[in-house]
Amino acid sequence: MAEFLMNTVGLPTWLAWSVTAGVAAFLILNVIAGGALVFIWAERKIAARIQDRLGPTRTGGRFGWLQSLADGIKLLAKEDLMPDGADTLLFRLAPYVSFCASFCAFIAMPFAFDVVGQRLNVGVFFVIAVLGLEVFGVILAGYASASKWSLFGAMREAAQVVSYEVPLGMCVVVPVMLAGSMDLVTIGEKQAGWLTNWYLFHDPFTFVIFWVYFTCAVASVNRAPFDLAEAESELVAGFHTEYSGLRWSFFFMAEYGSMFLVSGLAAVLFLGGWNGPIPIAELAGWSDGSAVTAPYAVRLLGCANLLAKATVGVLLMMWIRWTLPRLRIDQVMTTCLKYCTPIAAAMFAGVMLWQLFLPGGLLPGGRRTAIAVREGWLEQAVEKPEDSSAVSTDAGSSVSQQLAGVAER
Amino acid sequence: MNWMANFLFLQQSTPLPVAAIDWHASLFVLFALVACGAAVMVVVTDNVVRMALHLVLSLGATAGLFFLAGAEFVGSMQLMIYVGGTLVLLVFGVMLTAQTKLVALRTPPGDRVIAGILAAALLAVLVQSAVSIETWRRPGRAETQPPTATPLGMALVGVRVDSPDSAAESQRRSGYLLPFEIVSVHLLVVLVGAAYLARAKRRRTPRAIDVVASADHPPSPRPSGRPDDREAASVLIGSGR
Repeated sequence: MAEFLMNTVGLPTWLAWSVTAGVAAFLILNVIAGGALVFIWAERKIAARIQDRLGPTRTGGRFGWLQSLADGIKLLAKEDLMPDGADTLLFRLAPYVSFCASFCAFIAMPFAFDVVGQRLNVGVFFVIAVLGLEVFGVILAGYASASKWSLFGAMREAAQVVSYEVPLGMCVVVPVMLAGSMDLVTIGEKQAGWLTNWYLFHDPFTFVIFWVYFTCAVASVNRAPFDLAEAESELVAGFHTEYSGLRWSFFFMAEYGSMFLVSGLAAVLFLGGWNGPIPIAELAGWSDGSAVTAPYAVRLLGCANLLAKATVGVLLMMWIRWTLPRLRIDQVMTTCLKYCTPIAAAMFAGVMLWQLFLPGGLLPGGRRTAIAVREGWLEQAVEKPEDSSAVSTDAGSSVSQQLAGVAER
Repeated sequence: MNWMANFLFLQQSTPLPVAAIDWHASLFVLFALVACGAAVMVVVTDNVVRMALHLVLSLGATAGLFFLAGAEFVGSMQLMIYVGGTLVLLVFGVMLTAQTKLVALRTPPGDRVIAGILAAALLAVLVQSAVSIETWRRPGRAETQPPTATPLGMALVGVRVDSPDSAAESQRRSGYLLPFEIVSVHLLVVLVGAAYLARAKRRRTPRAIDVVASADHPPSPRPSGRPDDREAASVLIGSGR
């Protein structure tokens, strides 16, 4: 987009890059904030239905559509309290730490082929690393509140972090190994085609490890049954007991943002990313680059695909939350360290062996590789770089990079 | 100071007057200032938790510098290992200062003087060595291909992409994989040892000296006569296992 602004509109370099960055940041912020609004409403409705209630029904028509908006206005109008003994600086800082970590992780998160804030070579690693920083907000909040409940929540969170991070890292390595790249865009693109190309269905081991990943992801975003840090029925509200108003809502936006992020990451790593279960774009012939609008249409479809998958992931997390009881802290550690870690390690070894001995799958010639599906389109894109460079930041160069990567193998 | 002037006035070479601000340089200065300022704050602050926070800021800004230099892998590593590792420091800080006794840690002035001298000496050595490298004094950025994690990974198994050499030479080179593995096994040994030392002591194992002692004197009919045995028994009962 920066090149488009520079070449077509004629903006100077620095302004073009600033505008591009601003647009990307604005879009991501909308995904988090708007997503939080929708998901909070959905959470209330789902919780109500699971518990045989109705949930919000009055605000904004029949289904209580506007309930979240009303909540938001209420939060804005609330008094901003701070406990007497609180560490002022840290108390103020903590919500932003959480929110910024959640926000920054979205930078490397692709929403469709090359629709990504900043395409990083080590995208997966970056996302996991930045997502781990969210814990700082929780622990700082727990400490700075000068409240025993908050401190309990923070300490539980600390114990939880050390237990889920190990298996989570192991699960994430598996798609990286299959794709041969840590670039999220490449990983997603490798799964193009029919849904049999998804890494979830790559082999039995990846199918198992997806669920391990999902368990650890639920633990990493502090959702029930792993919401030890919050634990309304034990610790009042855990680490955010003393928070009110807008600061509290920042914690909530961070939580919903992270939920969406780990679900999106699951979609990219295991569920084909922006490639639908049925390659509509391929079948319709949009992918051969014949029409000028084709790249837009393909990317729009990809965005819709990824958002749908991530939303399904979030809804699944809600379902789990309102179905399973909360684990005790020792049970959390047992689940993560004694069960998830060995399973992840065994599956990792299994995938490795599978890649060594059965790289083509069980059926001879049964699986179409992603490269065969997409290659024609990639070549087209390289031949006509002006089509795609207008769409994204540097589609031309990244496609050629990717082609080089394909050629290496 | 020539090298610094060269670095800060990179924009003289850019043709556009609007782009008078060199974004790379200004971002570098911003991150460097944050890193240094936060590092100073770590030393100055009394509160352990705030110290840990400033350390996080400093290390995070260093990660920003890495990202700015195009070293995404190293930057992510910095975030994952150093910033993530500071989390443990933070937790210790929280545990220590949850009681008000230890909220403020005062450093004795003598220690401050010694630490200052040491830090100044280290800084002098580092600055001297950094300035003395000829290639680092040239202004401008090296025009290289987009940096990837691939060369790092290849070097780990002994294939150097950055400095191509003869086949015989690369045959002799074993890469960094073996040293890396040795270091990680060492760390694992340390971890296992620490876990062994810090384990909950459930059962008293007979030591060699006790065996010798029991050979001299017949065992007493009540084994729980000694205080540490009673302690062990109470641990056994208390843990309910």
